[in-house]
This record gives sequence, structure tokens and C-alpha cells, in this order.
Amino acid sequence: MTPALLQRLLAAREAKRPVALLTRLPDGAQLLFPEDATPPALAAEAEAALRDDASRSVTVDGTAWFIAVENPPLRLIVVGAVHIAQALVPMALPLGFAVTVVDPRRSFATEERMGDRVAISTDWPDEAMAALAPDARTAVVTLTHDPKLDDPALEVALRSPAFYIGSLGSRRTHAKRVARLTEAGLTEAEIARIHAPVGLDIGAVTAPEIAVSILAQIVAARRGGPKKKAEP
Amino acid sequence: MSGTTGTDSEDILGTAAAWLAEGETVAIATVVETWGSSPRPAGSRLAVTKSGRLAGSVSGGCIEGAVAEVARKTMETGAPQLLDFGISDERAWEVGLACGGKLKVFVEKMG
Repeated sequence: MTPALLQRLLAAREAKRPVALLTRLPDGAQLLFPEDATPPALAAEAEAALRDDASRSVTVDGTAWFIAVENPPLRLIVVGAVHIAQALVPMALPLGFAVTVVDPRRSFATEERMGDRVAISTDWPDEAMAALAPDARTAVVTLTHDPKLDDPALEVALRSPAFYIGSLGSRRTHAKRVARLTEAGLTEAEIARIHAPVGLDIGAVTAPEIAVSILAQIVAARRGGPKKKAEP
Repeated sequence: MSGTTGTDSEDILGTAAAWLAEGETVAIATVVETWGSSPRPAGSRLAVTKSGRLAGSVSGGCIEGAVAEVARKTMETGAPQLLDFGISDERAWEVGLACGGKLKVFVEKMG
């Protein structure tokens, strides 16, 4: 890889632009998609690989290419800079998430509590969420327990293509939440997207355990859940 | 925030760029195809320097040594290599890919 190409790739990553590094095998000639002119059939393969978020080898017109997908990071938006968030945030980082914590309560939403590797927004959740604009590579978790904070965030999240939406609270708390969101005009199908009670049911008790259960559920949502065991 | 991608939180290319900036000679090995029970998916990368630094992985540790050997040659010649680790049972012990998976690894010099 030439230094110029490496720099362009790193610049795209920095700007959070999805790109694919196309390497012709076995001679190693390289293109950066979509910045470089790419033959249409190869471009279509690169588009598909980016959409699937899966690097792979393809053969186009008898030539083998490796498509290395360089998508921007997944995002995790955590509403509520609460105790569970303190456990959740540092675990989400090595899973590849860029994390933003939203909490208008400035005494909670501090770098001291959340660490210096996350973005913190102290805007009101509906404004913060509208600005963050969750996309199909975004997970949203609300943790405040407080309808004034959770509900406005959920109203934005449920109308977004976020791939995962989870909300802390017991079944009873969630039943009340469903009633409020219905009242607010969300459809049954939209409300049904909320994972609640949040997280896989692993009997989690402590904040780190709950964080594990939430992240496991997020990974399952992203990767498509349990897989068949590989053939021996 | 830096150092994360959608498919892997390890930023091997970023590490390689940093090593290049330090004046190191660097090669990158990339898994380009897998069959069977290979532990690392296509796109997984291993960065190697002439001085012997390693970052990332292309297997569960089974073939890193062999790949690093080839990477050293690639750093000398500049010629990329496409390696097949298609392991028959009787050879599995020899190269240490006991999982029985098969993979192809592309090795290129950076810079």
C-alpha cells in the first residue's frame, strides 16, 4: 500500500466516510472506493460489501479482488449518565462503538464519571437525539428511569432506523412507558422495537452484569442472534 | 475518538501508520478468504515491522509466525505475497493450524 493511499484511507476514516480498499490479487494493485474510478461491476460488489459490513474476496470479469470494508464506527447513544452507564461505556468501546452519553443533568454528565473516551451531550434528550440522528449503525439505550428524559429520547429513536433500542425498567415500568408512548402517537410496531426489560435475561444483578447483558443483546441484534454450530 | 472500525475495534492500519511515522519498515497481512473453522474473519489484519513488532492477528496465533516470516521477505523485496494455508490433516501439526480451517492471507509492504 502506498503512503498516499494509506493517508487517504485514514483521512476517510477520520471523516467517518465509508470506504472500501480494493486489492487485486495476487499483484496487489489497489483502489479506494468510491474515491477512485472503479469498474461498474467491481463498484457494485464494493457497495454490497459496505452495506453488509463484511470484507470479502470477489471475482469480477475473471479477476480476483479483495474488498476490505472500512465503515465508520458503530455508534452507541446512552441516555442517562447513571451508574449502569459507568459500567456500560467502557465495555462498549472495545466492541467498536463510538459512544455518546446524553444527560442534561450536568452533575451526572461529567467526564470524571463517564471517562474521556466518550462524547457527552448535556442537551435535552429530544434535541440531543435529533442532532445525533441515529442511523442503521446506531444503538440507543435509555437508562434514566425518568420519563421526562427517557421518553423524548425514545420518541426520536423509535422513528429512526437505529438497529437496536433498549430501555431500562421493569415490566411494570415498561407497561407505563408503552401507554405514554402510545398517547404520544407512536404506533404499536414502533413501540415494539424497544427491548424491555433491557438486556439478555442472564439474571444480571450488578451494574457490570447488566452492562454485559445489554451489550450481548446489542451484539445479537447486530449479528443476527444465535448461529448454528459450524459443521465438524 | 479514534481507533475503531465497524468490523474490528483494533485499528491495525492506524498502528501501521504510526509505526511508519516512527521510521519503521512495516508489512501488513490481511485475511482475504476463509473456509471452515478459521478463527478470524476476512479483513482481519496483522502488522509486522522489520524490528519485530506485531499488532493484530490473522488466526488464533497458529500461523502468525509463518506469516511474519513471509512479511520479512516482502519488506525486503517489496513484492506482495498471496499465501494459502489450506491445511490437510497430516500437515496440520506441521504449520500449527490445528483447528482444521483454511485461509488465504495477502501480505504487502506499507509505504
